[in-house]
Amino acid sequence: MPTALTLDDASVLLIWTAVVLYALSFIAYAVDLGARSAAATDAKDAAGRGEQARELVGAGAAAAGAGAGAGAGSVSVEFGDRVTATAVAPPSRGAGAGSAAGRAATGAGSGAGEASTPKRMVMARIGTTLMVLAFLFHLGGTITRGIAAERVPWSNMYEFAMTGTLMIVLVYLVVLIRYDLRYLGVLIAGLALVLLGGSAVTFYVEVVPLAQPLRSVWLVIHVFVATLSTAFFALAFGLSVLQLLQARRERLETQPDAKPLARGLRFLRTLPGADALESLAYRFAIIGFAFWTFTLIAGSIWAQDAWGRYWGFDTKEVWTFVIWVLYAGYIHARATRGWRGNRSAWLSIIGFSAVIFNFTIVNMFFKGLHAYSGLT
Amino acid sequence: MEQQARSTDPMRPADHIDGASGGSAAPEGAVSKDGGVASPALGFVGWMRWGWRQLTSMRTALILLLLLAIAAIPGSLVPQRSADPNGVVEYYSNYPELAPFLDSISMFDVYASPWFSAIYILLFISLIGCVLPRTKHHWQALRSQPPRTPARLARLADFRTREWRLAGAAGSEAVGSEAAAGGTAGGDTLPGETLPGDTLPGEDAAAAASRAIDLAQKQLRSSGYRVARYDSRGTFSVSAERGYLRESGNLVFHAGLVGVLVAVGIGGGLAYTGQRVVIEGTSFTNTLLDYSSFNPGRFVDTDNLPLYSLTLDEFTLDYEVENQHAIGMATNFVAHVSTQHPGEEPKREVVQVNKPLKIDGNNIYLLGNGYAPTITVRDAAGEVVFHDDVAFLPQDDNMTSLGIVKVADGLPVQLGLVGFFYPTVAELESGALTSSFPALVSPRLTLDVYEGDLGIDDGVPRSVYALDTSEMTKLTGRTTDVASLQIDPGQTVDLPNGLGTITFENAQPMGENYLKSVKRFVSLQVHHDDSATWVLVFALLSLAGLLTALFVPRRRMWVKATPDASGTGVRLEYAALARGDDPTLAAAVEALERSHGASLGIPADAAEPTTDAAGPTTK
Ligand code: HEM
Repeated sequence: MPTALTLDDASVLLIWTAVVLYALSFIAYAVDLGARSAAATDAKDAAGRGEQARELVGAGAAAAGAGAGAGAGSVSVEFGDRVTATAVAPPSRGAGAGSAAGRAATGAGSGAGEASTPKRMVMARIGTTLMVLAFLFHLGGTITRGIAAERVPWSNMYEFAMTGTLMIVLVYLVVLIRYDLRYLGVLIAGLALVLLGGSAVTFYVEVVPLAQPLRSVWLVIHVFVATLSTAFFALAFGLSVLQLLQARRERLETQPDAKPLARGLRFLRTLPGADALESLAYRFAIIGFAFWTFTLIAGSIWAQDAWGRYWGFDTKEVWTFVIWVLYAGYIHARATRGWRGNRSAWLSIIGFSAVIFNFTIVNMFFKGLHAYSGLT
Repeated sequence: MEQQARSTDPMRPADHIDGASGGSAAPEGAVSKDGGVASPALGFVGWMRWGWRQLTSMRTALILLLLLAIAAIPGSLVPQRSADPNGVVEYYSNYPELAPFLDSISMFDVYASPWFSAIYILLFISLIGCVLPRTKHHWQALRSQPPRTPARLARLADFRTREWRLAGAAGSEAVGSEAAAGGTAGGDTLPGETLPGDTLPGEDAAAAASRAIDLAQKQLRSSGYRVARYDSRGTFSVSAERGYLRESGNLVFHAGLVGVLVAVGIGGGLAYTGQRVVIEGTSFTNTLLDYSSFNPGRFVDTDNLPLYSLTLDEFTLDYEVENQHAIGMATNFVAHVSTQHPGEEPKREVVQVNKPLKIDGNNIYLLGNGYAPTITVRDAAGEVVFHDDVAFLPQDDNMTSLGIVKVADGLPVQLGLVGFFYPTVAELESGALTSSFPALVSPRLTLDVYEGDLGIDDGVPRSVYALDTSEMTKLTGRTTDVASLQIDPGQTVDLPNGLGTITFENAQPMGENYLKSVKRFVSLQVHHDDSATWVLVFALLSLAGLLTALFVPRRRMWVKATPDASGTGVRLEYAALARGDDPTLAAAVEALERSHGASLGIPADAAEPTTDAAGPTTK
């Protein structure tokens, strides 16, 4: 039956369709950010400086949904001894602290900017719709691949990338139900595009049965949970990047002779404040960290069964450990004076870079027992 | 009040983010303006105390964590003796200049190196130094009362208030004006029910306020809060706190890490690992002598290993023959073995990849497999001088295998034979042989013969898998005039120089094909490590603590009731404060307000949440 379409061929077709849809979604989201920049500029022309800050941050907070708004509030008021209202929080606290007025505006997030919301959100909505479509094709491609292989579709680089990006997109879409994180859409669509498209081009391998050491329920659990936590780390990463940009903007705008923002970055005015972004990033990072801890434990159990020891500092084990420690560091940094804010954001970014490094470079070029990239 | 409030706070190192105002966080209160710890008064004790505080500070913990992450990385770049000893040897020959230097800074033993150890030992000392006082403090906090209600609840971010108009009180209207404005009239209630906002017979505003707080107290307690009443001059309030589990979780998490480390440390001393190759039809016993390599931990009594023997009856595996992309890929490795304790009947068991055989606290793993051709050497007179199964080590996926035969006695000279075994022999274009399939389709053995001194008489142990040819002369193969020996199963060929003959025995001479013509061997790893269970227990404990610490919200709630001067109403205030990251705080206050109001009979829409000028409460 050489001419019949095999399941694996179908899978490839579905995956490529998904890649194209991700590309379109990426474009839509990018246009959305552009529109936000334009809207931010218009608003700036229209309003005086103080008024404008209020409205835009308000719009951002409204866009970020109730949760993010609450985040902004709870970050500003920290702990019992300093029972302070948001507006009177000392401006010196926290790396991203803007002026007191800025904080008030952040907290006030009452939807003053909602008027401009519907128009601006059209492209974001299209982006999300395309993303959902892409996800469905992606899911279809992953499932057919699994059926074709008669096993879970995560046992070589191509399949890791497939399942991993599927997870990132899934978590993003699920999170969207509660938080409006569409400003992360560009990043998520971009990540899916690059990882999935890239691996379809460079890592594709035909279906082969699973090497025996990989046949274990612990593989299924270990890898699944690892991809899940990667997804949360990815969201945290995106938010941390935005947090850094936002903190920079907030810092610059308090300076009297502030230079205008670069055109592409004006959309930042429509996003929640750096503090709110940070607390959201933290929330995703700790979920990711909890899953990663479980990954580490499940991996050790599997290693115990397969290789006769639960831990041996094999290359891949080393990197799993390094990532775990980095995120533990990030969580600590958030609780350490002088480290909350920009510095901890950098740790989140470094942590996610290590995750990506672990997936790509370590899998391909490092020698170790976990040599299952499927590439020769 | 401040002191009271702090006593139930978790204790934190001085440079914790919440330690900003000093207080309980800094045991000695020595916090300088920039957040660092002020330099101490001179004196040994002072310095010690200062050093200890530095070591147990958040910043030190953070730096040590980051150092740990960085220090672990080199071990993934350079081969490690523990995981890949051959890699180290290879590295030495590839980079003869660099390797000794790297070795001198423990780069091949990163995880046992002084610098790596220093980092994690310091980290764990810091951890213990941090956790112990916190545990003590938390233990006390668990038995103390929630803090006094702040005087001005309105200053908290999550604050709501409503008026409770007392229907029955003198001078009041039936229903509060706000309730009317909200569109809910008292007449909506069913006949026979108490009117909304009703007081009990003979109750004045103060009594009603007190009753409201009683109710709030009950509600808070039943939803898991610890509560305390603080009534004073005309106001009634309940202070509630929940989420002590958060700190408990944090402490369990950190203590669990210590548990893991200790279990690994002690377990390592009691563990042993041995390797052994077992050929089909042969046995080994679990004694030190019978292992080809054995690594005992420091405290292992190697004379008293549990005594059992294990015989490999058969080793089976399947080869993929259908999937074009994975032809020859081996699947389903199964070693069928019999185990036996002295004086007992043998028991048939299996060892599989991912499924170790458990016996007497040992785990037996299937690590590798290969072919062990049976070889017989006879001298010129036809006397058998050597007869053994010789394990050939696989070199590629198609099981081209390398092996060595040493004939030490019985011939005029010592013989060493080195060569390859091909389960399915094929010829490359160059004329060299290779194996094209891992199963026994057309097996062949090729051997080069060396004569001379095997170097095994001087008592120095030699690996059975290596032949030192420095004292030997090559008799066949390349660089000699004589072709290498090539033998198929069942064949006998002459050794060079009339030394005798060599036979490659067919293990199943009557077989229709070669599938069973050569014995197989498995390499087993016997592993004893009781710590694994403990490590797992502590790791899971840690994980449970982590989840609790990260996801249980810790918060305080207050409900305050103040009868107004006219005696016609009670002002109810609800406020909450998050201790740490708590996205659900506002919702919790709202829910409390609603349920409390409802059970007092205040109509749901009676009071719009009041926005205080100082703090945003709407979302
Ligand atoms: C092996 C090293 C360590 C690791 C992996 C680690 C990891 C963590 C993690 C994951 C958390 C967040 C979860 C929670 O809140 O319970 C945490 C919190 C915390 N750790 Fe550690 N830790 C380590 C060492 C230390 C040390 C040495 C100290 C003391 C200086 C410390 C003090 C704290 C404190 C005070 C918190 C609570 C932070 C907060 O208020 O949110 N930890 N740690």
